[in-house]
Amino acid sequence: MSHPLLTVEDVSKTYDGFKAISNLTFYLFEGELRTVIGPNGAGKSTFFDLITGRAKPDKGKIEFGSDPASHHDLAGLNEYEINRLGIGRKFQTPSVYTEHTVLDNLVLSLKGPRGVFASLLHRLSSTDRDRIDEILKLIRLAEKRDWKAGLLAHGEKQWLEIGMLLAQEPKVLLVDEPAAGMTDEETYRTGELLLSLAGKHSLVVVEHDMTFVKQIAANGQVTVLHQGSVLCEGKFDDVQADQKVREVYLGRGKHGTR
Amino acid sequence: MNKSLFRRFEGSAVIVVALLLIVGFPLLNAYGFVSNFTLSLWGKYLCYALLAMSVDLLWGYTGLLSLGQALFFALGGYMHGMYLMRMIGDLGQYHKPLPDFLVFLGWTKLPAFWEPFASFPFALTMVFVVPGLIAGLFGFLAFRSRIKGVYFSILTQALTYAASIMFFRNNLLLGGNNGFTDFKFILGHSLAQPATARGLYIATAVTLLLVFLFCRWLSRTKFGLVQQAIRDGENRVLFSGYATAHYKLFIFILAALIAAVGGALYTPQVGIINPSEMQAEKSLEAVVWVAVGGRGTLLGPIVGAISINALKSWATRAFPDLWLIILGGLFILVVLFLPGGLVSLPQRLAPLWKKLTGPKPEAPAAAPVPAPKS
Repeated sequence: MSHPLLTVEDVSKTYDGFKAISNLTFYLFEGELRTVIGPNGAGKSTFFDLITGRAKPDKGKIEFGSDPASHHDLAGLNEYEINRLGIGRKFQTPSVYTEHTVLDNLVLSLKGPRGVFASLLHRLSSTDRDRIDEILKLIRLAEKRDWKAGLLAHGEKQWLEIGMLLAQEPKVLLVDEPAAGMTDEETYRTGELLLSLAGKHSLVVVEHDMTFVKQIAANGQVTVLHQGSVLCEGKFDDVQADQKVREVYLGRGKHGTR
Repeated sequence: MNKSLFRRFEGSAVIVVALLLIVGFPLLNAYGFVSNFTLSLWGKYLCYALLAMSVDLLWGYTGLLSLGQALFFALGGYMHGMYLMRMIGDLGQYHKPLPDFLVFLGWTKLPAFWEPFASFPFALTMVFVVPGLIAGLFGFLAFRSRIKGVYFSILTQALTYAASIMFFRNNLLLGGNNGFTDFKFILGHSLAQPATARGLYIATAVTLLLVFLFCRWLSRTKFGLVQQAIRDGENRVLFSGYATAHYKLFIFILAALIAAVGGALYTPQVGIINPSEMQAEKSLEAVVWVAVGGRGTLLGPIVGAISINALKSWATRAFPDLWLIILGGLFILVVLFLPGGLVSLPQRLAPLWKKLTGPKPEAPAAAPVPAPKS
């Protein structure tokens, strides 16, 4: 088997004595769409924080790059350095620049130089414009390109943020609850979009909505997190039938599933 | 909608006002219609407008509320003041080639660091270098440690407070609590001449226009987009590959330089610079000017600085005891009822104006569409 693109091995992270992540091991391969589920407090957000440099692991290794000879140790890098390597993150609550237009939100996200002086002299090239048009069409916001992002509906903001992520042309997309607050139809379309991205990109999607998980995990693997480590991993149906998973979810009653 | 019309109106208004301030006002002064006193008073307002632009660049556009911006203004003023002190020559009270306060402190020879300030180009360079270095050092430490929000504001306030205590001391050899005053000449021209005052006023108005145009350009570059994005969602910017600390450092230094230029123009026109200019409340006042004028707009800080200082000039004569209450009350009123500041007034009043002057609608208007919530 090929070398994983993202390697998380035996990682632990403690906050004030609370073990948010404990001895977690996780591999993501090129082109994969991985769904991560788990009850509240299972450590899903901390998991993303560790990969994206917002939090530093207490122990373990986090590496990025499918070539074993030249991979990067993410634990030593900060947020923007990790992003520049090609790891994009979508937050749980849609975070778009509310005072900017939809277009400017994408302009700011477009792959390219990120330095202070480059930004002073920056001009959009025609390739950039084409790329933005393409993304606008994909996220169905072409008509609203000149709208202030703050005026978009909740679901549209989620889509815009996914578009902003795509504009960065990342190798890995970490997507935190993309369907939160969406209608059933929007949720379904979001699933379609994510499925279409797999292959070209590698994705990790954290989600609660089981209908949605079933949709996007049709071909991929599902990882179940519980108390900061991997409880089980496998096909959606196998995971659903797993006794331990049922206990974790059912035992906790209303959390997580629906 | 009417926005483009409003923009165009705004553009021509800027040109008209700039012409009035740069050409009209000094001409009226030259022919005796505007007193020298009024002209130098307006010169002071325009210097304060530069300080306000510096505050707005940080607070309005980047979300960094600096409560110490007057420090950089005062430092610019001091650097230029050192040149002006040297130009007094031996015309001081003691008729010695040293500034009076040094003679008073028992010095017979000029301290070494005072030497090069006889050169105007050197002093002008220092107007930029000293505030720039201090802003750079402070900003580097603060932004590297990710100091944000109210903590950043408190630190900037502490910085200017500490500096004012330092400048009050005589052994800093910068005039102690009296600072610098009794200036005589600038670039060979007597400061007592109305023509010199007029020249300084014109230089200030032109500088303000240039800074305004520069900020307008900046806000429309991608840098400006990043700056405002940091204000609205710094995490998103950081996780999009931008080193936000570098951006904030750049803007902090830039804002310090703008304030410093304002201070450098202030000293010769007001005729005095002393540590009270860097006391904590000076920076707070500048924040009020920006809030009242219109935070996060290009014209707001200018409108705010001029109108509040004009009000202050009048109110401190008419009701000397009430000034601070008036200022505080104004601040509260604007925050509560006019969050966009004075510059948002035309837009706010436009619908009202239309209702009053426009034809009566034949049928009751359809229910207004509620503004979408974010």
